[in-house]
Amino acid sequence: MTAAVIVFPGSNCDRDVAVSLEAALGHKPLMVWHGDSALPDVDLIVVPGGFSYGDYLRSGAMAANSPVMREVISRAGNGTPVLGICNGFQVLTECGLLPGVLMRNASLKFICRDVDLRVERADTVFTSQYTKHQVIRIPVAHHDGNYFTDPDTHKALEDNGQVAFRYCAADGSLTEEANPNGSLANIAGILNEAGNVLGMMPHPERLADPLLGGLDGAPMFSALAEAIAA
Amino acid sequence: MSAPAQRPEDLMGLSEDEYDTILDIMGRDPNFTELSIFSVMWSEHCSYKSSKFLLKTLPTDGPQVIQGPGENAGVIDIGDGLAAIFKIESHNHPSFIEPYQGAATGVGGIMRDVFTMGARPVANLNALRFGSPDHPKTRHLINGVVAGIGGYGNCIGVPTVGGEVNFDPGYNGNILVNAMTVGLAATDKIFYSAAAGVGLPVVYVGSKTGRDGIHGATMASAEFDDDSADKRPTVQVGDPFTEKLLLEACLELMATDAIVAIQDMGAAGLTSSSVEMASKGNVGITLNLDDVPQRETEMQPFELMLSESQERMLMVLKPGREDEARAIFEKWELDLSVIGITNNSERLVLTSGGETVADIPVPPLVAAAPEYERPWTATPPREILGPDDVPAPFDLGVALLTLIESPDLCSRRWIWEQYDHMVMGDTVARPGGDAALVRVHGTEKALAISTDCTPRYVEANPVEGGKQAVAEAWRNVTAVGATPLAVTNNLNFGNPERPEIMGQLVGAVHGMGAACLALDSPVISGNVSLYNETNGTAILPTPVIGCVGLLDDVNQRVNAAFQNDGDTVFVVGDTTGWLGCSIYQRDMAGGSAGAPPPVDLDVERRNGDFVRASIAESRLTACHDVSDGGLAIALAEMAIAGHLGAEIDHKPEIPVHAWAFGEDQARYVVTTGDPDGFAAAAATAQVAVTRLGRVGGAALTLPGAKPISVEGLREAHTRWLPEYMGTR
Repeated sequence: MTAAVIVFPGSNCDRDVAVSLEAALGHKPLMVWHGDSALPDVDLIVVPGGFSYGDYLRSGAMAANSPVMREVISRAGNGTPVLGICNGFQVLTECGLLPGVLMRNASLKFICRDVDLRVERADTVFTSQYTKHQVIRIPVAHHDGNYFTDPDTHKALEDNGQVAFRYCAADGSLTEEANPNGSLANIAGILNEAGNVLGMMPHPERLADPLLGGLDGAPMFSALAEAIAA
Repeated sequence: MSAPAQRPEDLMGLSEDEYDTILDIMGRDPNFTELSIFSVMWSEHCSYKSSKFLLKTLPTDGPQVIQGPGENAGVIDIGDGLAAIFKIESHNHPSFIEPYQGAATGVGGIMRDVFTMGARPVANLNALRFGSPDHPKTRHLINGVVAGIGGYGNCIGVPTVGGEVNFDPGYNGNILVNAMTVGLAATDKIFYSAAAGVGLPVVYVGSKTGRDGIHGATMASAEFDDDSADKRPTVQVGDPFTEKLLLEACLELMATDAIVAIQDMGAAGLTSSSVEMASKGNVGITLNLDDVPQRETEMQPFELMLSESQERMLMVLKPGREDEARAIFEKWELDLSVIGITNNSERLVLTSGGETVADIPVPPLVAAAPEYERPWTATPPREILGPDDVPAPFDLGVALLTLIESPDLCSRRWIWEQYDHMVMGDTVARPGGDAALVRVHGTEKALAISTDCTPRYVEANPVEGGKQAVAEAWRNVTAVGATPLAVTNNLNFGNPERPEIMGQLVGAVHGMGAACLALDSPVISGNVSLYNETNGTAILPTPVIGCVGLLDDVNQRVNAAFQNDGDTVFVVGDTTGWLGCSIYQRDMAGGSAGAPPPVDLDVERRNGDFVRASIAESRLTACHDVSDGGLAIALAEMAIAGHLGAEIDHKPEIPVHAWAFGEDQARYVVTTGDPDGFAAAAATAQVAVTRLGRVGGAALTLPGAKPISVEGLREAHTRWLPEYMGTR
């Protein structure tokens, strides 16, 4: 039961997610430098938040072409769980593991605040410790989190149940006001068809310690720890 | 001495007397490159020539101080082998001309000052002063400055956890952007800038050098006029991605023992970094400018020496360790070039194309830098106003709602939500409280950090205003439960050649010094920004204080939010109803006038120590310092933060508007579930406390006012800034 955190030049939430993983797993994850084309045998891969390559060209675009990502794509195809948070989500869309794009926020501003999310799928390795339609509070911190895709892809995402989280009001309703960045259908996180790749803009690692103001992110890491220990 | 006929027409901001001194030092006419070097080294910005005699009077020592002023940043001991390293620095002039890049590079520069010392930056704060909201440039400047601070700090991944924002027409032509960074290092892994030893390689790392920022330090040492926009090319351009790589590469190299000395290339770039290293190490340095990584062609020696291109460092390595360093920097895709060597000449020698292009003796370049004790006149004292001298509002409740919605008192959420304030996973108290609390990673300790200054007090009475800036920052750190350890200061003033401005600086420094002494908070680093004037109109005198304190057990903290229905509300400290220079008087009763509230440092100390002890004994459930807007604003902020009202049934013996909005110092509003125990402890400590009422309900009820719903207060508090900026 080992996890790897991929580190790109400009990653800056790598340590934060490693802290959450260590708390759940009981040991430190491997930190894998982007230039390493050999990825050790691991049970979970995390692509962390940050500004890989300074967000130059497009958020996530350059990291998606790093040597290590070829290996990540291959492992994902073999069923290894892959979690992309924030910039990690952007990298996963850029490398084709997940459909759609993350455009500039509708407000055109960087936004850092706690938001409410409705759990749409509670039957995945990432979300098994939440309940369906549970409302959880997780912070966002991004400039480019405005999820968009074409109508056919969107329909397929909905039909296949690939939406994992949506931005919602405190009562779970999907309002425009609760959508911090203009995302299509309030989408905050999506899965691949097989359900072993999750990309999400909110940062579960930021509310997984009571001192930081909440614990709603912790069940994701304990669910993953449980799944890969099994 | 050379013939005066050869004197150049452009002395690059140097005076005739200063030029004469240069002739004495050189024994010949300086060439253009040499004169450029003297010009920047002796600029106000680099030499502190108008303020040095005053700065020497500030207390800078204490058992907690590892390094005081004089290095890239100050260092204090926080126990367990750890040190906090911090400094505040201004980027005022560039931010007015080009707000995004000016503010961004201000943040980048101060972070480099901190990680040059071996620290990983863990928190950024910003003290911002803008002009009147009615001024046509204000909105544009806020937008650019906030985006620039966020753009840099968010990308590098250091949380922006606090700061302050004020508006005043005095800043219409000259905004203030003061950036503070706090970092953490092991006490035995602190790096300094003295290049001790000869025959050592001088190594350049980081970005390539371009023509940006040439004469930035000189620009920052002159007033603005109508043509100041023409100075836009002197503003540097930041690249936070490169800074992130530079940070990681430097920390990786610092984990070895290859570095002898390291210095950030900030103001005056390669010139000041090489001169500082040589001067502190009592050595000479020879640099071959052809080896400086360049991103433009045909750069002249003076351009290479004066460029303020960002994200660069100069290091002196142990001999033979160059390849080890190069491997680390190449991994991070950064340039590393050996550009020189140390020697025992005590001269700065520059070569280019095989020729010597400059040759300056270092000791006089540093030691003969001019110092001035410019003539000054004291600010005339103002009349002391009584509570009845300032008219009462028509309706106290309406006045409270109006003030809490006003530009200076409204919520800054619109700003701090554009800053990543949570990255690094240690932000225990987010922005919006008295002091930010950042956990020391992997421990149960936390640093409490606040920046403060009340410029209208300083304008009215520089000595009391200087004291108050220190006292308020100290009080904010105390209000979360932490023990203040040291401060950094940023002295923003107008043209020191005007005696009344120099008088403000003299008074403020004296006041600050007295407060730092009385409150055991020495000044360990700082920055002076003078000539903040446009067309002869100076800014309000703004000596900003950044205070850092330590909370030994992060679980023993409080914040300003009302917590429990039924808790008793007290105010600590005496309330005399001091309305002179208050926000209420300025905004609702005819404008700022009279003397500002005096700061009794003994009372300040006693009250603060009592509050801190009460927090440590778990006696308090909430605590908030009383500052701008007085008791009424403090109570409203506590209600808004806690989503909980309070009934204040205390009957003031002074006019109720003076009780509500007076700005007497050394006060805190606290809540407790043990009112008798708290009152008894206060009596024992000889601290004045007054019971005000109790927490509860959905409304705040003040004496002489109808209940105001907490929701109504919140709406008023959060309305103005997003509406003004035109975005949600």
